[in-house]
Amino acid sequence: MITVELFKLVRRVRTWFSVGLMCALPLVVAIFIAVTHLSPPPGQGSAFLSAVLDNGQLYPAAALALVLPVFLPVAVAVVAGDSIAGEAAAGTLRYLLARPVGRTRLLVAKLISVTTFTLVAVIAITVTSYATGVLILGPSRASAVGTGGLGGSIAPGGNGLPTAGLQAGAAITSLSGAPLTTLELVERVLGAMAFITVSMLGVAAIAIFLSTFTDSALGAALGALAALVASEVLVTLNAASAVQPFLPTRYWLAWIDFFRQPIFWRDIQRGFAIQAVYVVVFLAAAWANFATRDITT
Amino acid sequence: MITTRNLTKRFGNVEAVREVSLDVREGDRYGLLGPNGSGKSTLVRMLLGLVYATSGEISVLGHRVPNQASRVLPEIGALIEDPAAYPHLSGRRNLRLLDAAGPRGERRTRRRRVDDALEQVGLAGIDRRPVRAYSLGMRQRLGLAAALVRRPRLLILDEPTNGLDPRGIRDIRDLLVGLNDEGVTVFLSSHLLPEVSALCTRIGVLDSGRLVLQDQLESLEKPTGHVLISTDDPERAVATLDGLVEHRDGPDLVVRAPDPAELNARLVHAGVRVRSLVVRRRSLEEIVLDVTGTGSDQFGVPASEPRGTVKAPPPFADEVPPDPADADLPAATDTVPPGLRKPEIS
Repeated sequence: MITVELFKLVRRVRTWFSVGLMCALPLVVAIFIAVTHLSPPPGQGSAFLSAVLDNGQLYPAAALALVLPVFLPVAVAVVAGDSIAGEAAAGTLRYLLARPVGRTRLLVAKLISVTTFTLVAVIAITVTSYATGVLILGPSRASAVGTGGLGGSIAPGGNGLPTAGLQAGAAITSLSGAPLTTLELVERVLGAMAFITVSMLGVAAIAIFLSTFTDSALGAALGALAALVASEVLVTLNAASAVQPFLPTRYWLAWIDFFRQPIFWRDIQRGFAIQAVYVVVFLAAAWANFATRDITT
Repeated sequence: MITTRNLTKRFGNVEAVREVSLDVREGDRYGLLGPNGSGKSTLVRMLLGLVYATSGEISVLGHRVPNQASRVLPEIGALIEDPAAYPHLSGRRNLRLLDAAGPRGERRTRRRRVDDALEQVGLAGIDRRPVRAYSLGMRQRLGLAAALVRRPRLLILDEPTNGLDPRGIRDIRDLLVGLNDEGVTVFLSSHLLPEVSALCTRIGVLDSGRLVLQDQLESLEKPTGHVLISTDDPERAVATLDGLVEHRDGPDLVVRAPDPAELNARLVHAGVRVRSLVVRRRSLEEIVLDVTGTGSDQFGVPASEPRGTVKAPPPFADEVPPDPADADLPAATDTVPPGLRKPEIS
């Protein structure tokens, strides 16, 4: 069943269209920056973007930061929202279940399919943006600018790490200012990719949960996105500080901590934990609903 | 093969299926009849474990459904209302995917089983076109092929001839009879009486969720004791069969005769030339309308009507015209195609 789901994922035009779109956005941004040599000043705009003119190898991190707020969650919500609702609307759900495919099994296969999609998207973005960074923005250049290029101000709010300025001439520099070897950079990019993928699973779980209630794939996707938007609003609202640690998007930007020296694990761990909770809770709810539901479509 | 006991399904306040006790035996070609909305689809879905019963029990192939559905379903081929397929993939690819999705879909034999199923439903020549480009009839055939891929022991088909042209309906009927001859039990639901009449050996009738009738079609369609004859010499026939002729319409006579052979002999003996002689049976339509209680009295002949009245318009004046098809029929036949069966006159 898992193979079947992966096959269906691979054969959908939508899969490759959305991955292509997510890879295209950083490319467009890179072209603009390269042509104008205007990167956002440190502390403004998307994370890492201010530094990429100095170091094209950092561009994967900047690219992930670009797609994380909207593109990636939208794509994941669409794919996950379609998982059950799309099959129900097309009528294929009843044939799968009468085949028989166990309902639990189908949910698990769908989750694996969505996870694979997220992973493929994140890898594709990383690879294409690395190529983009190196080819368009150029490999790491000795930066003559001795002032702090990567300030702590881009770190997520509530993270009070002292930050050092960018060291002039360092090939690759962590956010904390200490130099990173290429191996360390690769490790940290992989860590960030893993963290972002897991962050998306929370969205996926919410969308799959909603998908078991409706025949409208769009409704399920939009429902999950509405939950994210609500979470984003509350994350920035001081009055909601009591619930903030439990919001799904609260630690979304914690992957930036992978680029500190040493890695600042606290928020990363909390991010993993909160996503695990969301995945478990919403999948359990999805299972409870789906396993007992009458399939009338 | 399929037994349900007091099966009931409520959706909110609506009782879609009420206290249904179905009994489908091995080797049956069972037709579940009922108007749209009578609960046929809900019942079919309950048999397949898609809809959970509110109360009652289901046993299919000796196993309880839905608890043991995973052991039963691999033996069943199903068409559940409309066929469904992934529109961007080809028909062949769709069948392979569905086969791969569940148990008992041996990879080794998959290609052959899929090709066999496509050939059985008359789609052997389909190319790589996506299902999106299929006609309604092709989709229906593909849906049937999907039901056949695993060579099931039991077919559960909801409206199997939907969207098919007359040729397609004929093909599918022949296919189902052929499979049945090989030992496959066929359970189908339909609201098309001629379809069921032509295909099924046993019927059940659902009316507002209740199973109001269930019997062998043969015993339901027993002769009514009336014979329809068509003759060149109606006057002489009436004279010969004095008192037995109940209606006359031109050359057509309705004769009360429990033994058609004896009637035939009498006519031959008297030198009456008979074009056709048809034993009257209750039609499926009457049987169904009778038990569903919707205007069954419309079919009754007023008791006061004098018998054998010459020229009195028969109650079915517009439905019993001199049918040219009748003339082609051999005399004293029981094997009248359903379309030609006349409504009962009782």
